[in-house]
Amino acid sequence: MAQANETPLVDVRHLKEYFPVNTGFFKTTPLKAVDDVSFQIMRGETLGLVGESGCGKTTVGRTILHLYEPTDGEVVYDGRPIKNKADIDWFRTKSTMVFQDPYSSLNPRMTVSDIIGEPIDVHHLCDNAKDREEKILQLMDRVGLNSEHASRYAHEFSGGQRQRIGIARSLAVDPEFIVCDEPVSALDVSIQAQVINMFDELQDEMGLTYLFIAHDLLVVRHISDRIAVMYLGKMVELADAEEIYDHPLHPYTKSLISAVPIPDPKIARANKRIPLQGDIPSPLNAPSGCPFRTRCPYAQERCAESMPDFKEVTAGHFVACHRTEEINE
Amino acid sequence: MALLEVKDLHTSFFTDAGEVKAVNGVSFNLDRGQTLGIVGESGSGKSVTVYSIMQILAPAGKIVSGSVKLDGQELVGAGEKVMRDVRGNKISIIFQDPMTSLNPTYTIGHQLIEAITLHTSRNRQQAWERAVEMLRLVNINDPEKRMKQYPFEFSGGMRQRIMIAMALACEPDILVADEPTTALDVTIQAQILELMQKLQKEMGMAIIMITHDLGVVAQLCDEIVVMYAGSYCERGTAEDIFYNPKHEYTKGLLRSIPTTGSRGQKLQPITGTPIDLLNLPEGCPFAPRCDAAMKICIHKAPENMPVGGIHKASCWMNVKAQMEADLAAAEAAREAERAEAARRATPAGIVDDITREVEAELAAEAKAHAEGGEA
Repeated sequence: MAQANETPLVDVRHLKEYFPVNTGFFKTTPLKAVDDVSFQIMRGETLGLVGESGCGKTTVGRTILHLYEPTDGEVVYDGRPIKNKADIDWFRTKSTMVFQDPYSSLNPRMTVSDIIGEPIDVHHLCDNAKDREEKILQLMDRVGLNSEHASRYAHEFSGGQRQRIGIARSLAVDPEFIVCDEPVSALDVSIQAQVINMFDELQDEMGLTYLFIAHDLLVVRHISDRIAVMYLGKMVELADAEEIYDHPLHPYTKSLISAVPIPDPKIARANKRIPLQGDIPSPLNAPSGCPFRTRCPYAQERCAESMPDFKEVTAGHFVACHRTEEINE
Repeated sequence: MALLEVKDLHTSFFTDAGEVKAVNGVSFNLDRGQTLGIVGESGSGKSVTVYSIMQILAPAGKIVSGSVKLDGQELVGAGEKVMRDVRGNKISIIFQDPMTSLNPTYTIGHQLIEAITLHTSRNRQQAWERAVEMLRLVNINDPEKRMKQYPFEFSGGMRQRIMIAMALACEPDILVADEPTTALDVTIQAQILELMQKLQKEMGMAIIMITHDLGVVAQLCDEIVVMYAGSYCERGTAEDIFYNPKHEYTKGLLRSIPTTGSRGQKLQPITGTPIDLLNLPEGCPFAPRCDAAMKICIHKAPENMPVGGIHKASCWMNVKAQMEADLAAAEAAREAERAEAARRATPAGIVDDITREVEAELAAEAKAHAEGGEA
């Protein structure tokens, strides 16, 4: 893992992404999908990003890559702030994305070699057709696809193989940084392990850096060096993978981790869950102050008044909660 | 007698492309108050198994052979009239997707009352009261007001709770839950699973839990059936399956999931891809992906063999293990015999034997002497 004093590869500073939502005639209200999120990813590291549906984890991934124009805040990649079109073009040859759904993220009218070759064409990475062809076959080989299948269409492949095609496409620009948006959640258990191992191997071989977005906490724990937890557009906790499982500090993280069913009957039955009341509030009218206070068993008046700072409690362990010290005595 | 007895159930879908054998010889029993988990990947036939039991298959699907007995009554071939009485009344089902299994054009109250009046002799007023009571039971706040609302006004977790309320309103003997929490977040999943456990304790129904999540079965189920490509691989208690799996597929599945201590290590995936149900292999359906596959696995489908208690598995590896154990035992016996013969053949062995005989005689004499003395 990278040292703390290095410059981070990806530095996200006070990132905000608001979507305007029509709430009346000529009236829009901002939906705060991502609200003031800051974190850093070191070179060669895997940062896991977890949270429930609607917490903004996918939006964070997409906004970092500037698939959405950030409302506010900035992304600094390898020391260079991403501001204008030229920066974005440069950034996109360094970073790519693997999407969740291997069924809808591949164009059904394109052959595998067209799909994998598209980023090469867009970024003019190969001078002639022969190089391009070679590159495509090399990529297919790398992700474990049979090169004879280059002229087939996506529908002829199973879910796991399609995800491999998607990964080959994202590797086509020789990226340093990949945003993996729930890359294994649509796959069967026996196939999941194949793809997770492949991510692992690619990282070892190519020195890749991952932002690994997922809701399956066992998968995230397996693959990540550090894990960040989001709730309603805010980051509530960030720490080393083992640290966050062994000593979660935020009440939401505690409850989230305790809710994961462990595939071991003795542990699963002995496990005491910390139940949460109710559902996630709508992000359109998020609670004032701490977004978690409506479901938090420890909520007090001051939680409604102000959003707690995202502060470092122990080395490398950040948490946003007013009552961290009292709760975790 | 078990509440539900399923024996050698075969269900096929007759499509234009040919016969798809979705369920191939599944058998299990279910007792009152028990929770049975059916685990498998997509396409393994776990949903089709319970749809066959309830006979709610798509038109192309037919039960080819087998028997389903509910409380001693045979359901296969029993006719639609009997089945109408069984569905909802004796067996209820919760479907996977709470977003699409409620009718968006009717209020929650309307749909609950419809289910209740259809299956019981309650009138509308009584049915309304029962519906409110059920909503309260599944922790829906302000149920009188909620009765008048439409499905879109509820969150995913609440809709799944309403589905549970609807399924349990007629006090069924068996609740079938077809991936009830797959579409939900983990904290909501924990709420729903806890609610199901609580209601099971209160109402004493049996639950059939269909899921691909091994964590969920570990938490809830007494007994587990593991399915692969329509066949039934293994069946046993949760402890049997998780701590002592006897089928190569189950073993592979358990190896391939990330566990708490697996960080930094490689997972051990099952190689290959799931098979095509249109062209089932002659032998064991898992053989093409199995690392331990032998010749017999490719040619002959294994039968269901008991491997201890209620634990059964369809895997030739158990026969191999048994044969190896028998062979080893026979070999050990022969070895002992040979050693004995070799010992006897040496002069030292002969002296040894004579010494032992003399010692025995002396001991007998001494004993007789002592007894005589006492008398």
